Amino acid sequence: MSDETTVREVLRQRVADFLAAHDPATTERLAFLRARYDAGLAWVFFPEGHGGLGLARDLQPEVDLLFARAGAPGNNVRGNGIGLGMAAPTILAFGTEEQKKRFLRPLWTGEEIWCQLFSEPGAGSDLAGLATRAVRDGDSWVVDGQKVWTSHAHNARFAILVARTNPDVPKHQGLTYFLCDMTDPGVEVRPLRQITGEAEFNEVFLTGVRIPDAHRLGAEGDGWRVANATLNNERVAIGGGSGTRSGGMIGVVSRTWREHPERRTPELHDRLVKLWVEAEVARVTGQRLRQKLRLGQPGPEGSAMKLTFARLNQQLSGLEVELLGEDGLRYSDWTMVRPDGVDFTGRDAGYRYLRAKGNSIEGGTSEILRNIVAERVLGLPPEHRVDKHVPWKELDK
Amino acid sequence: MSELDLLYTDVEDDLRSSVRALLADRCEAPAVTAMYDGDRSIVAGLWKALAADLGLAGLLVPEEHGGAGASAREAAVVLEELGRSAAPVPFLTSSVIATTLLLETGGTLLSGLAAGERTAALAVPLSAGPYDALSTTVRADADGRLTGTVTSVAGALEADVLLVPVRVGEGISVHAVPASEAAVTPVVSLDMTRQLADLAFDGAPGDPVLTDAEPAVRRALLTGAALLASEQAGLAQWCLHATVSYLKERKQFGRVVGGFQALKHRLADLFTDVESAGAAARYAAAALAAADPEAELAAAVAQSYCGDLAVRAAEEAVQLHGGIGMTWEHPAHLYLKRAKADQIALGTPGSHRTRLAALADLPFAP
Repeated sequence: MSDETTVREVLRQRVADFLAAHDPATTERLAFLRARYDAGLAWVFFPEGHGGLGLARDLQPEVDLLFARAGAPGNNVRGNGIGLGMAAPTILAFGTEEQKKRFLRPLWTGEEIWCQLFSEPGAGSDLAGLATRAVRDGDSWVVDGQKVWTSHAHNARFAILVARTNPDVPKHQGLTYFLCDMTDPGVEVRPLRQITGEAEFNEVFLTGVRIPDAHRLGAEGDGWRVANATLNNERVAIGGGSGTRSGGMIGVVSRTWREHPERRTPELHDRLVKLWVEAEVARVTGQRLRQKLRLGQPGPEGSAMKLTFARLNQQLSGLEVELLGEDGLRYSDWTMVRPDGVDFTGRDAGYRYLRAKGNSIEGGTSEILRNIVAERVLGLPPEHRVDKHVPWKELDK
Repeated sequence: MSELDLLYTDVEDDLRSSVRALLADRCEAPAVTAMYDGDRSIVAGLWKALAADLGLAGLLVPEEHGGAGASAREAAVVLEELGRSAAPVPFLTSSVIATTLLLETGGTLLSGLAAGERTAALAVPLSAGPYDALSTTVRADADGRLTGTVTSVAGALEADVLLVPVRVGEGISVHAVPASEAAVTPVVSLDMTRQLADLAFDGAPGDPVLTDAEPAVRRALLTGAALLASEQAGLAQWCLHATVSYLKERKQFGRVVGGFQALKHRLADLFTDVESAGAAARYAAAALAAADPEAELAAAVAQSYCGDLAVRAAEEAVQLHGGIGMTWEHPAHLYLKRAKADQIALGTPGSHRTRLAALADLPFAP
């Protein structure tokens, strides 16, 4: 306990020293962010030399808070959620030293935005069945295929990509994980309009895209294992919660409740307080999960958090529309726009309600997550599978 | 902003192991089930082993009064294990609620409780919550002799001393009355593993141990409510694990039924919420132990959540065990009855939510 207290104090001092040497008011934004990374204060649970100090994961929120209080510039968390939450931990876990040196710093500073080329029109829940092909050609790979539900693709510099490198083996064994340059001429990004009216997502068409073998992450054929590290991180990133009681959907709906005394009914009050309890319990559960994780990689337990997150977001955002009554019948704007980032709690109540419908689909549908919890956490028998031991090319598609 | 530690220390893990080993040895389900047929022979020996031999009765009592000087964190670990075994011992009523009430008094009664030599019960209905109006039907005459009745008191059957709230003018005093001076009538209870009793006092002699005691009584009930959540979380964990184990064995239609997706998804949802209950209960205990300003809020959150969740876990256990879950022989019903009674104990989930609406600034009235 006292060791931990000492670590916290030393870390606080480090942040204070850094801020003294780099006044946020006078230091140029990018220079500040790069210096923060080089000082190991970007993500303190990352290793030294890669923006961190090799400390416990649960020390990070306080560091972020200290920087925010000092008026330090942000690193575009909202616009680079895929990079920070998913690409970075996967690169850290599976990348070569060169890959870590090349990619992590500009990722963290937000100079390079990332997107995720995983899902395909024919491979959603059955991600391992994906059909995008990567064929070896000398020192590089040539990639052809189509990806979908790709947030940030229209302003991303790089993508994490899973492609099929061997169709002659069962589907999980023939995948390889790549880091794809989105400025390659063979990459075409088209907006994909959603039920909210906007196009946060995209379709991405890959035609003869050349990826150097140096941008392969992990071994050839090991893509499924690498992708699962990304997915486990994704579920914690989505479902881990904001860590504060006033953050997230419960904060938004609570404010709406306080601002509209004229709309209150006993029935709505009962539902709101029940959901408030569940949101608070989810916050505490997330806190405990982070304490358990410390330096480790998230396992399938994060899937449980994400299940709760999706259900609560949907129930809360639905409640808010009802609470608003006549105002709940109005919608801010159906115009097709391509936003810079993902914002679950943005815009108006109608938008939040519609956007939350995606929470039980993105990052693993709630149905798939229940399978994961049941099979990998509780050890219940797997589904009967007809596709697991058959070469991918022989599967009925 | 040092956050509360929601994990378990090595010392707490050791404590859990000792309690679990003792319960595995001395608290087998058939002997607990026998209580429903009037055989309470398991109680005395089990309670002596836990209270005195393991020293659990004095966990919350400071060392200068003969206790272990531990905190709500350790008491919560004990309650998780007691919940996991539906153990019929008065730890919550005597070592948590009555002991918390007496902490400020010091004295021989407290050290007697700490040593496990004496057992006490607060004479209020088990359903009384920390925010309810304290019903004090017992009156004291000029000589301090008590007259009146209290119904549905938990832990009274095991107690040798009853702590009786008595209205004195505008305030409340607490009198310690030897149980032998009261008529203690056992009640046929929904949960016979925490059997209730009706108490009647007819000029019973007692010592006033606390005056202006309303805040202390409420604090004791709040502590009880906060830590009851750990019992509920432990109970729910048992229900989940027993059900998962059974569904890995049970075969129908030529396959293990735990492989059917309809059942897997129910268990995945239950796991998710049982984990959440564990975190909520731990947070309440840690907040209490740290005298955190949010301890009351954390207790109300834990009770709102864990009370209903434990019932759901027990109901799922009965349903997913199928026919065997409905039998007297299978222990699932012990947990169902304990969970349902616990849901009402120390304030219903609804009463805790009502309190939370104020604490969380979500008022109903404009």
